[in-house]
Amino acid sequence: MAPTPEGALLTVVLPVERWQEFARFALTELGCLYFNWLSAIDWKEQGLEVLCRVENLDAGFAVMMRSRLGPGQVHCPTLTDLYRGADWMERECYDLLGVVFDGHPDLRRILLGDDWEGHPLRKDYAHDMPHAPYR
Amino acid sequence: MEVKPPLPQIPAPVWGDFKDLQEWEKYHQERPTDDKSSNTLASIAEAIHHMPGGWIVTTSTDKIFNWARKSSIWPVTFGLACCAIEMMATFASRFDVERFGMVPWASPRHSDLMIVSGTVTIKMAPMLKRIYDQMPDPKWVVSMGSCANSGGPFRHGYHVVKGVDRVVPVDVYVPGCPPTPDSLMYGLLKLQAQVAEFQKTGRRPAPDG
Repeated sequence: MAPTPEGALLTVVLPVERWQEFARFALTELGCLYFNWLSAIDWKEQGLEVLCRVENLDAGFAVMMRSRLGPGQVHCPTLTDLYRGADWMERECYDLLGVVFDGHPDLRRILLGDDWEGHPLRKDYAHDMPHAPYR
Repeated sequence: MEVKPPLPQIPAPVWGDFKDLQEWEKYHQERPTDDKSSNTLASIAEAIHHMPGGWIVTTSTDKIFNWARKSSIWPVTFGLACCAIEMMATFASRFDVERFGMVPWASPRHSDLMIVSGTVTIKMAPMLKRIYDQMPDPKWVVSMGSCANSGGPFRHGYHVVKGVDRVVPVDVYVPGCPPTPDSLMYGLLKLQAQVAEFQKTGRRPAPDG
């Protein structure tokens, strides 16, 4: 009987410069082939934090990557050249939270209309204000 | 920020003049207000109404027309959210609105009624307006459920229109989340009663987009 890492979660807090480097390590060395999700948190004056979860489905463990971008910073390297699934998740993250993923091939809004102003999941977004034309 | 659509050109440009659909929609956001034939008919009816004894003719004609209108209100099948499930139940055999003459029809060109069943998001509102504009006059709108009435639980969100009456004029509001088929049927009967009084209630307000 060998111990298995079934259901284990490895959380890694990274500086943003090593975001792509660790993702490549997780993909090639740890065998995390499955890109689960990518999102971000707005910590108000402490800035944005990008989170990403990749999984190794065969061994049954997951790796959670977290990275603080720093106050006022919105730039984060992209993971699209490693994971195809990161494409739309990063577009959504850009759409709702305004994280700009450097190197993304097609960074447009995905959920909201193209004429939308602002990023509504930011904490400082004036969400209940009247906006033109139907709001 | 005030967003105003550009005024429609005279003569109206044809389809070939537009490069894409968005451009075409931009020019057709405003409906033409002066329909010459309708205005002529209205003035003739007004003249007959003010002749001595003419009111007997106009009111009885109104009554016949309104009876025909209210007995064959065809709602366009336009489901937006979970309210659409209740709307489908209303259309189905158990609650059977076809006994009121309502046939759910899959084309706005042949329909008289739009049941706005569900949450109208800001992204969906131009499409809703477009379907409303495609329906021939006279047309009615039933706002079904809390979301369509006022935005409902999403009222303080960022993405939902705070009531569909900001997009199209609404005749009957049906409360509920979602309204039961009984509620919707009650609303439709109220709409029929309203349609029966159509000419007497005066001109309906034009949508201000």
